Amino acid sequence: MKGLPPVLITAIVLVAGFALCAMQFPNIASTRVLGNLLTDNAFLGIVATGMTFVIISGGIDLSVGSVIGFTTVFVALAIERWGVPPLVAFVAILALSAAFGAAMGVVIHVFDLPPFIVTLAGMFLARGASFLLSTESVPITAPVYSTVSDFALRMPGGGRLTAIAIIMLVIVIGGALLLRLTRFGANVYALGGSRTTASLMGVAVGKMTIKIYMLSSLLAGIAGIVFSFYTSAGYSLSAVGVELDSIAAVVIGGTLLTGGQGSVIGTFLGVLIQGLIQTYINFDGTLSSWWTKIATGVLLFAFIALQQGLVALARRPVVKSAGAAS
Amino acid sequence: MENSSDPASPLLEVRGISKSFGAVRALQEVDFTLRAGEIHALLGENGAGKSTLIKVITGVFPRDAGIVRIGGEEVAPRSAKAALGAGIATVYQEVNLLPNLSVAQNLFLDRQPMRFGIVRESEMRRRAKALLADFSLDVDVAAPLGNYSVAIQHVTAIARAVDLSARVLILDEPTASLDRHEVEILFGIMRQLAQRGIGIVFVSHFLDQVYEISDRITVLRNGRLVGERETVSLPRLDLIRMMLGRELAETTSARASVTEHKAREICASFEGYGKAGYIAPFNLELRHGEVVGLAGLLGSGRTETARLVFGAERADRGQATVEGAPVRLQSPRDGVRHGFGYCPEERKTDGIVAELSVRENIVLALQAKRGLHRPLSRREQDEIARRYIKMLDIRPADPERPVGLLSGGNQQKVLLARWLATSPRLLVLDEPTRGIDVGAHAEIIRLIRELCDEGLALLVISSELDEIVTYSDRVVVLRDRAHVEELAGEAIDVGNILAAIAADGAATAHEGRA
Repeated sequence: MKGLPPVLITAIVLVAGFALCAMQFPNIASTRVLGNLLTDNAFLGIVATGMTFVIISGGIDLSVGSVIGFTTVFVALAIERWGVPPLVAFVAILALSAAFGAAMGVVIHVFDLPPFIVTLAGMFLARGASFLLSTESVPITAPVYSTVSDFALRMPGGGRLTAIAIIMLVIVIGGALLLRLTRFGANVYALGGSRTTASLMGVAVGKMTIKIYMLSSLLAGIAGIVFSFYTSAGYSLSAVGVELDSIAAVVIGGTLLTGGQGSVIGTFLGVLIQGLIQTYINFDGTLSSWWTKIATGVLLFAFIALQQGLVALARRPVVKSAGAAS
Repeated sequence: MENSSDPASPLLEVRGISKSFGAVRALQEVDFTLRAGEIHALLGENGAGKSTLIKVITGVFPRDAGIVRIGGEEVAPRSAKAALGAGIATVYQEVNLLPNLSVAQNLFLDRQPMRFGIVRESEMRRRAKALLADFSLDVDVAAPLGNYSVAIQHVTAIARAVDLSARVLILDEPTASLDRHEVEILFGIMRQLAQRGIGIVFVSHFLDQVYEISDRITVLRNGRLVGERETVSLPRLDLIRMMLGRELAETTSARASVTEHKAREICASFEGYGKAGYIAPFNLELRHGEVVGLAGLLGSGRTETARLVFGAERADRGQATVEGAPVRLQSPRDGVRHGFGYCPEERKTDGIVAELSVRENIVLALQAKRGLHRPLSRREQDEIARRYIKMLDIRPADPERPVGLLSGGNQQKVLLARWLATSPRLLVLDEPTRGIDVGAHAEIIRLIRELCDEGLALLVISSELDEIVTYSDRVVVLRDRAHVEELAGEAIDVGNILAAIAADGAATAHEGRA
């Protein structure tokens, strides 16, 4: 029921793309590259998982990039300047970002405002707040950071599955199970089908909206912590535009932008495709890294066109008849 | 009626329900009684108050007066969800389920069988399968609901409602998009549910189906209760009279005022004009200075005829001729270009622009006809608005007032003015007197006659037969999406129209929808 065909197409694109890259650069087909790919895109995978819930429910969350930025700055300052133990700082920022998401959900539901506008406001708010905290990059030197950075599982072939890659994989799997197996997940799809109908069928639409945006912001907070591990710094300008990358990953993963259909696994594949393009460009060495964006753009267009085609196919001719006219 | 202790004690009792929207009285002291185990048809033309009554019963609209009792207990649901809690479930024509979810999820949304916080998918599917088996439906419950036909979606919606322990099931036009076979299935299910003691309210405009399935019929007209009858003892002609007719005796006298037939010039004619699956080919001549009335039940093809004539819908056969010259009417623009005007039935959604002023609404069509590069000056606009406000007696006589603040009758006049300003040769009016009060009624009818005397050709749709009889020079009667009879001169009276509508209805019920 959860739109298998688009996911399959995403998987085929990924495999075909990988095969093409491997033909040109055989070294790409190694666990080393795979490990790096997962590590480099860990924060994107986490935030895109949250975005999948939001988009399937028929909404959008533009604030996630800014929440990541704010989180890195907050964590860096808390640990380095305010002397807060790292774990306490993490708990505090996660509570803060969850509350932030819940607040956006409340505004969206209570005032019946478009999520686009509300989360756009949230995006400016969070980004502005991170500048307020600090305009310069704050390096993090706490021992826990080097411990986590050094930690990795050895994969056969010499690849390293880093801690942050593991966090990402756990969250992707958890998200996929949450969406697929729980009542909460079913309600997310229901909301994306039609809010009115869902509410007529007994779904507590308000609570669901709040929870969904809370989840998205919470995951953005986790992504922010992961990002701070990745860069060992907090910077107010980090993760600019990540909300758009994650939306792209979600759409390439076969989730309908209009809601109601999609999967976390598809989103994960979408993240890998973006990572693969980036890896190819790194291997090539002569291409500008901005080609990642161009390739992503082309893929996005292709997938949106594909989805429209599939939707048109699904809309089989329904016999229009008697109806209401006289 | 006063004493509710009759043997088959009523399941649902509605007493003295009234509901107004602004100045429009949508329901006036309506009573309705549903007994356990009966299938009760609720009938009436558009605007009779059927949907308002349903929405009041189910708590979608708050009511102004009256009470609703279920099994003798008074209930006042504030929402569809609350109504469901009280045992009233409604399945609308547009199925209120989620096509993107699986059939099983739709049946059990928000009440899935759970274990350790996880939906027991296989258990849910098993239960869904068992539930649908009760309705002799064997489908893959894991597939998205949207993959299935509307009929199956309807049955799913009914199954969900029944499983939520509904005692009263309201089906609003459930058969409108079903084919004959699917209707049979649905009827089988309805009979089965009735046997279980569930009371079913069946809203439909297919009279054959009403006769086939219902035990009892309640008819509403203009927001009032006309009567409740047992289906077996209500001849079709009497039923149609209940739905359309008024006091039949007095109306024929008004015919005398209609001017004698002269050899009038033909304004527009349509030969073999039609569209497959929309309306059967018809011949129609519209003459200057003549009113042609279109009579028939809801769904008989009246609006379809009007839309074809105006060009709002494209004909796929036949020839249209205007003033002797063959023309093609492909779009409303073509209609306007040939001097046609069209006041649609849904004034609020298709006609007036409520936020704009009376003046702006009046000049709208004229400006559109002239094109953007030849704007009407403000002085011309004021002049035009003033002229028509005076001519049609639009009140209040303030050209700058937003149209949404005017009464229904005056909104209708503004619409008329809009088209009159384009100096049309043919005006199509779809239910011009719908939803406006009695005083304004008479005025609109007077206007129709006046316009006609000035040489305009008019094509008027109305469900009020006595009204059609009053102003029409000829009346075309429609049934099952075809023109079946044309009455002229002395032959125009309510009795003849009713007879034409009721004639052998049983045979042709589904032909128009092939």
